[in-house]
Amino acid sequence: MIINHPLLGPRDAAEFYYLGDASLLDRPDWQAPDAADKFYEYQYLRDNAAGEHRELWYHEQGDRSWLIVTRDTLTHDITKVELAHDVALAKQADPANTGREG
Amino acid sequence: MSQRMRINGGIVDRSKPLSFEFDGKQLQGFAGDTLASALLANDIRFVGRSFKYHRPRGIFTAGPEEPNALVQLRRGPYQEPNTRATVAELYDGLHAASQNYRGSLNFDLMAVNDLFAPFLSAGFYYKTFMWPQAFWEKVYEPAIRASAGLGRLSGKDDPDIYDKGFLHCDILVIGAGPAGLMAALTAGRSGARVILADEDFAPGGRLNAETHEINGGDAQGWTASVLSELKSLPNVRLMKRTTVYGAYDHGVYGALEKSTDHLPMSGGKPRQILWRIYSKRAVLCAGATERSIAFGNNDRPGVMLAGAVRAYANRWGVAPGRNVAIFTNNDDGWRTATDLAAKGVSIAAVIDTRSGAAPADVAGATIAMGASIVDTKGRKGISAVTLSNGTTVPVDCLAVSGGWSPNVHLTCHQRGRPDWADEIAAFVPGKDLPVGMSVAGAAKGALTLAACLQEGAKAGAQAAQDLGLTASMAEIPEASDEASAITPFWHVTESKGRAWIDLQNDVTAKDVQLAKREGYRSVELLKRYTTLGMATDQGKTANVLGLAVLAEASGKSIPETGTTIFRPPYTPVPIAAFAGRSRGKDFRPTRLTPGHEWAAEQGAVFVEAGMWLRGQWFPKPGETHWRESVDREVLATRKSVGICDVTTLGKIDVQGRDAAEFLNKVYANGFAKLPVGKVRYGLMLREDGMVMDDGTTARLSENHFVMTTTTANAVGVFRHMEFCRQCLWPDLDVHLISATEQFAQYAVAGPNARKLLQKIVDPEFDISNDAFPFMGCGEITVCGGTPARLFRISFSGELAYEIAVPSRYGDGLIRALMAAGEEFDAVPYGTEALSVMRIEKGHPAGNELNGQTTARDMGMGRMVSKKKDSIGSILSERPELNREDGLALVGFRPVDRARQLKSGAHFIPKGKTPSLENDEGWMTSVAYSPTLGHSIGLGFIKRGSDRLGETIVAADPIRGESIEVEIVSPHFFDPEGERVRA
Repeated sequence: MIINHPLLGPRDAAEFYYLGDASLLDRPDWQAPDAADKFYEYQYLRDNAAGEHRELWYHEQGDRSWLIVTRDTLTHDITKVELAHDVALAKQADPANTGREG
Repeated sequence: MSQRMRINGGIVDRSKPLSFEFDGKQLQGFAGDTLASALLANDIRFVGRSFKYHRPRGIFTAGPEEPNALVQLRRGPYQEPNTRATVAELYDGLHAASQNYRGSLNFDLMAVNDLFAPFLSAGFYYKTFMWPQAFWEKVYEPAIRASAGLGRLSGKDDPDIYDKGFLHCDILVIGAGPAGLMAALTAGRSGARVILADEDFAPGGRLNAETHEINGGDAQGWTASVLSELKSLPNVRLMKRTTVYGAYDHGVYGALEKSTDHLPMSGGKPRQILWRIYSKRAVLCAGATERSIAFGNNDRPGVMLAGAVRAYANRWGVAPGRNVAIFTNNDDGWRTATDLAAKGVSIAAVIDTRSGAAPADVAGATIAMGASIVDTKGRKGISAVTLSNGTTVPVDCLAVSGGWSPNVHLTCHQRGRPDWADEIAAFVPGKDLPVGMSVAGAAKGALTLAACLQEGAKAGAQAAQDLGLTASMAEIPEASDEASAITPFWHVTESKGRAWIDLQNDVTAKDVQLAKREGYRSVELLKRYTTLGMATDQGKTANVLGLAVLAEASGKSIPETGTTIFRPPYTPVPIAAFAGRSRGKDFRPTRLTPGHEWAAEQGAVFVEAGMWLRGQWFPKPGETHWRESVDREVLATRKSVGICDVTTLGKIDVQGRDAAEFLNKVYANGFAKLPVGKVRYGLMLREDGMVMDDGTTARLSENHFVMTTTTANAVGVFRHMEFCRQCLWPDLDVHLISATEQFAQYAVAGPNARKLLQKIVDPEFDISNDAFPFMGCGEITVCGGTPARLFRISFSGELAYEIAVPSRYGDGLIRALMAAGEEFDAVPYGTEALSVMRIEKGHPAGNELNGQTTARDMGMGRMVSKKKDSIGSILSERPELNREDGLALVGFRPVDRARQLKSGAHFIPKGKTPSLENDEGWMTSVAYSPTLGHSIGLGFIKRGSDRLGETIVAADPIRGESIEVEIVSPHFFDPEGERVRA
């Protein structure tokens, strides 16, 4: 697979470390009254999408950027690649913005 | 016997005779021969035994699809089993041997299997070896293993080298037949960067095997002129002997180049190269493969595919027989008759399953239209065929054509499915091709030369235009659309003899019918039950025929029956090629510390720690057992001073205005208030509450920290911290960089550690106990101005420091330390002594931080701050992780002090049987403590901290040693920690 890095252009998937679902950006508030439940869900519950999937890739053999790659798990078609840092900043500015479209 | 079957013509170089050996016989061939063509030239047709029944088998094809002629090439460590003779390029001195027999090829003891054939039908293994169950391991499996497998590996290290390479191109053209040549030419002329890869050593594809004319001249001449133009284009790379074996995501293709397989010795060059080709567009021109027809005893040596018979005559100037019959269901089969007849080979008969007028006139041949062959005769080669009309015709070669199947394999590697095309009775590429791929020529179902040339040019131009290049359709060379009409015919049902479908796996039409009757109606199940289409040829000549017979048995059409999925590789790729240079010690990089050379000079015994080599102990003359060295190193360190290379610990530089806040979030214990000039032990959890890693972090200035991690977790911790920084807390002003390789670091431990250091630390730096107390740190200079960092931390439990210098001074520093330590009898110590001392102190390490243990288990539960947000703190509070009877890390010593503890032993209450229900924990680390004079251990046991003084059994049933142990505090040595503060 080839991932089109937003800063470095197309790079081979072998340069990356794969983590998983990009929902890991949505870390719950530790002070919420139901923090224990929220952290449990955050840590263990994942959607196993057959189709579009936003996921975290780490450019370990490169510039060490964490990327959010939107990939179709059925075709491996990659439609979007973002810097996770940018997405996380936008989410902080507007907590309702999960980065997902629609 | 000198090439008595050689006839005129062909593209072999008769001026270059080559000698080779087959089954001990010295033979001759010519440059340009394959092993198969050279064997046929020498009238050798019986070349191997079949897999299951050990039937005599001959050369069946002239290409990579060969199911029968698998041979062993080369000798000794170079030996290579299961090589297809049809693609092995002949060289002078080639040594080849047939395989899969006991005794000799001619008198194979295993041929008795053929007599038991009625008992060896489809699913035989599944039905027979089920009972009694106990027989499987001792009787069945060894027997099956002894009789299975075709060739043999040498069992020795392969002395050749294999390499890997990466290539980038705009357009990859796969196959250099007429379509591929035209595609490459059109794309190449547009200026695109083109790679043209062909598995053969002579590009041209079927043009080499036919008597076609192009532009009024012979096709070989046209091929040569195209190749010469392609070679003149700097943007085109022609790769011969290169098989594109797999289509992967996003235009990535795998290819195997057999760079020196055609030479007697590789001469230091790679034998094979595994290429990864990155392409923007790919044009698949992989051609088509001919298939057989199922009829009685259609497997004897001398029965060949018609296209192959023609190829041997036209390309290699070899007559596969003196008296040839052709059995066909299509016009193409007739070309074999006319081509061979034109070369003076006698054609005995042409049998066509179609009724009507004969498509051609073949002098001297019996023509039977609307007829078929029901049986063949002969023992180790065909001697006659019996026709459906009852007549028997003596022949020594039978050319069979069941039609041509486009090589759609690569179009299906991304789960695409082929479509059925009635007009050619074959599967053609489906609509869902891999992204960027187009198909042209015979691979797409265009089975005539004119169509191949036209389609290739079009596909090449289209690919170039897709990339924004200007491509004009090259002038399409003139060629004819040769006759290729076919009426599907698969199986001569009136045959009584076994009708073979898959020659490599000995699958017959009857096996397919039986499997269907037993319920294996899905083609995927049929494949696995009968083994149809498995092994080295992956059923290239058999799959469609097998499907047709299954369809016939189920009363369905072939497209309704479906097809199995094609997966990479297209043809076998040696594991050596996948391994490339990553063999033995080069499997992965070896990391050496700057002090390595010095340690080697001291005779250090090294141990692998991840990729690192670390000194394990430093034996002195006269020491015969590692324990002697380790005990000495521990005692000398505790008595005076020892020095240990700790460079391999991960070092992470953390800087920024929010560095303290960041560390406060990644560590479970507090870091926000760590003063400048101090070091703190840090405990890092995973988000699930388990311990991830531990280490120390020093605050060098307000906004500058240096963290250490364990050697094993250095990469993972850094990755995790980058995740935290970029994904969780993007607003924090903090930056990380791994500095593991940038600093050499040594631990200096023991009562004389300070005195030793004072000799090399420059005098302006006061490191007295008051000025530089326990857990102090600072930037200093040593040896007259060399920059260094000093940390007063201790893993050994002694007065100890770790001193770091830029890597380039690492070698100098260890020499300076040892020289300064001479008056104190300083010793270097290795990882074993390090481990003994940390166990004596009860410090957890890798065996305890195994990813399944919590801070509470480690006795550090209270370190997890509840007053702040940190990774893992919430989930560490889960009830199950905080059970009253949870595990706790404690120490153990044998009741009988002379006994030795073993790590991995499980704790069982006295008098109870060792079982899962009675299991209370396990021993994680053990050592012989030279300080205490007996064996000591650390381990996790339920409610451990409340049970000090209790005696329990450390059960070790696997090693047969169970001993009584006493539960004690994990702090065996200096429990008050007075020495570290001295």
